[in-house]
Amino acid sequence: MSVQPTMPKSWRVDTKPHKFCPGCGHGLVLKALGQAIDELDIQDRVVFGCDIGCSLLAWDFFNVDTVQTHHGRTNPVMTGIKRANPDLICIGYMGDGGGYAIGSQHLVNAATRNERITAILVNNAQYGMTGGQMAPTTLPGMKTETTPYGRDVDSTGYPCQGPEMVAAITREGAYVARASVARPVPLKNYIKRAIENQMSGNGFSFVECLSTCPTNWRTNNVETINFVEKEMTKYYNVGEIKVPDPKEPLGIKTSIKVPTGGIG
Amino acid sequence: MTDKVIEQEKRAFLTGNEVVAWAALAAEADIMYGYPITPQNEIMHYWTRLAPRYNKTFLQTEDELSAGFTTVGGVLAGRKAFTATAGPGNTLMQEPISMAEMLRLPIVVVIQQRGGPSTATVIYSQQEVTMTTIGGNGEGMRVVYSTSSHQELFDYTIKAFNVAWKYRFPTFVLGDGYQAKMREPLTLYDPESRGIELIKPEPYVGKEGTPGLDRPPAQYRNTYSMEEELYEKLTDYMKDYNDMAPAVAEYQESNVEDAELVIIGHGIVFRAVKAAVDNLRERGIKVGYFRPVTLRPLPVPQIKELFSSKKKVLVVESAFGQLARLLKEAAYGSTAEMLTLFKPGVGITSEEVEAEVEKILA
Ligand SMILES: Cc1ncc(C[n+]2csc(CCOP(=O)(O)OP(=O)(O)O)c2C)c(N)n1
Ligand code: SF4
Ligand SMILES: [Mg+2]
Repeated sequence: MSVQPTMPKSWRVDTKPHKFCPGCGHGLVLKALGQAIDELDIQDRVVFGCDIGCSLLAWDFFNVDTVQTHHGRTNPVMTGIKRANPDLICIGYMGDGGGYAIGSQHLVNAATRNERITAILVNNAQYGMTGGQMAPTTLPGMKTETTPYGRDVDSTGYPCQGPEMVAAITREGAYVARASVARPVPLKNYIKRAIENQMSGNGFSFVECLSTCPTNWRTNNVETINFVEKEMTKYYNVGEIKVPDPKEPLGIKTSIKVPTGGIG
Repeated sequence: MTDKVIEQEKRAFLTGNEVVAWAALAAEADIMYGYPITPQNEIMHYWTRLAPRYNKTFLQTEDELSAGFTTVGGVLAGRKAFTATAGPGNTLMQEPISMAEMLRLPIVVVIQQRGGPSTATVIYSQQEVTMTTIGGNGEGMRVVYSTSSHQELFDYTIKAFNVAWKYRFPTFVLGDGYQAKMREPLTLYDPESRGIELIKPEPYVGKEGTPGLDRPPAQYRNTYSMEEELYEKLTDYMKDYNDMAPAVAEYQESNVEDAELVIIGHGIVFRAVKAAVDNLRERGIKVGYFRPVTLRPLPVPQIKELFSSKKKVLVVESAFGQLARLLKEAAYGSTAEMLTLFKPGVGITSEEVEAEVEKILA
C-alpha cells in the first residue's frame, strides 16, 4: 500500500483508506488529532476513546490504544481510566448527539469536576450515523429526518452552545475552544493545546469541531463548505473560549475570552 | 507498597456494607466508583474512610451509568475496580455491564437489593435476580453470587474479584437491604493467609511500549458490521462461559435424600429455609433444602438431578418467582411439581416456611 506523505505517523496505515463518507469532516478532525499526537510525541501514552455515532468508525484508526464505548458514554470511560491511571493521556472523541444529548450529564459533570481528560466533539448539526435526525446542534430551520419542515426553535429549542456552557461551568485550568474543519491549522492547534492542558494537569479540556456531513446534508462539495463556513458560523463562534493563564496559580479565576465570531 | 489490610484473623461485629468495604480492601481492590442509593450507601461511606489509608481512591459519579462506565474505565486501565448499587441504580447499571460483557471486562458490582419495581422501598427484596443475572441486551454472561450471611459477604466479595479477573466476565455479589444494614459477627482475614491467591489485574490499554512500533495497538470495539462476525465472537464467549460454569457454580444441600419435600431458597431467605428444615426434622418431618449460591451460572446438573429425583419442591423467595423462573429453565424436562411461597419485597421467616410445609404435607 502506498503511504500518502500527509498521513500522520500515529495513524494506522493498514486501516486506511478510512471508512468515513467522502467529504466527511471526521477524517479532518482525526488528521488534526494525529498531527497533534505526533508533535507531542505521546503515541505510547495516549488512550483514545470513541463514542457510538460515526466516531465509532475510528476504533482502529490510530496506532494508539483505543476503546470504542457506548453512545454518549465516552467521557465516563475516559474519566474512569484517567482516575485509575493518571499517567495515561485520555482523549475522548464523540458526536454532538453523544456529547450534548444522551451524554450531556457526563459532559456537564466531567467539566464541573474538572476531570483531567480531553474531549473532542464533532458538531455536524445532526445525527450522522442513524441517518440524519435532529441533534441539539441542528440549525434553526434546518431540515433533518425528524424535522422535515425545518427545525422549529419554539418547539425544539435553539442550537446548543456547548463550549460556552463548558466554559461557564469549569473552574480555573480548563481549556475550551471551538474549531472548524474549514480551518485546519487552528483546528490542530486547539486540539494540541487541549491535550497539552491535560498533560500539565490543569483541568478539563474541550474542543468542539464544526464539521461536515455531506451524506445527510445532501450537499455537494461547494455547498458543504459553504454550510460550515457561512451557515453554522451564524450560530457558532469559532475560536478559543477559555484558556488557562500560563503562570496562573490555582485558585485565581481564569480569563474567559469573548469569541470574536466567524471563523478566525 | 501498602501494608496488609488485615494482618491477622479477627472477629468483628459489623454491618454488611462495612463488610463489603473491608472485603474489597482485603481483595486488594484499587478504586471504587459509585453513586448514592440506599441500601448500599455505607459501602461508599466506609470505602471513602478506609481507602486513603491504603492508597486507594474513590470517585463519586453523576449517576449509575457513569459509575458503571467509569468502573469499566478503571478495569481497562488495569486496576481492580468496583461499584455498588441497588434497585433503579441497578437498572441504569445494565448498560455499562453489557459493555463489560462484550469486552470481557472483569468489573465487580455489589448489589444490595431493594423493593421494586420503580423506586419502591429502600429496605429489602429479592427482586433484582432477573436483572442481575440476565439483564441488558445480551446473554447474561456474568457470574452472580447470592450471599446469605456477613461471613459470606466477606468471602464472596473477595472471591468475586478473583473469579472476575480469572475468567473475565462481569461478576456480582448479590446481597440485599437486610444484609446491608444489619450487624452480624464474622471473621475478617487476609485471603493469602488462607491460601487464597489473589489474581493480579492486567491493563487492557496503556500497556508497555509504543503501539505500532513495539507492539500492535490494543483496540477494543463493541460494534460489529457483519452478523457472522458477531455470531463467531459470541459462540466463543459462550463456550468460555459454559466451560467455566462447572468450576464456578456453587450450591448447598442437606437432608435431600429421604426428603418428601425439598425447599429451595437463596440469599438471606435461605436462612429461613435452613432453620425451617432443622426445626421440621427435629419433629421427624422429612424435608431437605437446596440452595443455589451462584444464580448465574446455576448448578444446572444438580438442579436437574433434584427435580428428577423428587416429587415436590417448594421455592421460597422475596419476589414473584424470579428464582423459580431460573430453576424451571434449569430443570426443564424433569418431573418434580414446583410449589411456591412468594413474598415480593418482604422478608420471610422460618415459621412461615414451616407453616407452608405443614400445609403441603398435611
Ligand atoms: C443508547 C443508545 N441510543 C441510541 C443509539 C443509536 N445511535 C447510534 S449513533 C446515534 C447518533 C449519533 O449522532 P452523533 O452523536 O451526532 O454522531 P455522528 O454520527 O453525527 O457523528 C444514535 C442515536 C445507540 N447506539 N445507543
Ligand atoms: S454519515 Fe455523515 S458524519 Fe457519518 S461518515 Fe458519512 S458524512 Fe461523515
Ligand atoms: Mg452528529
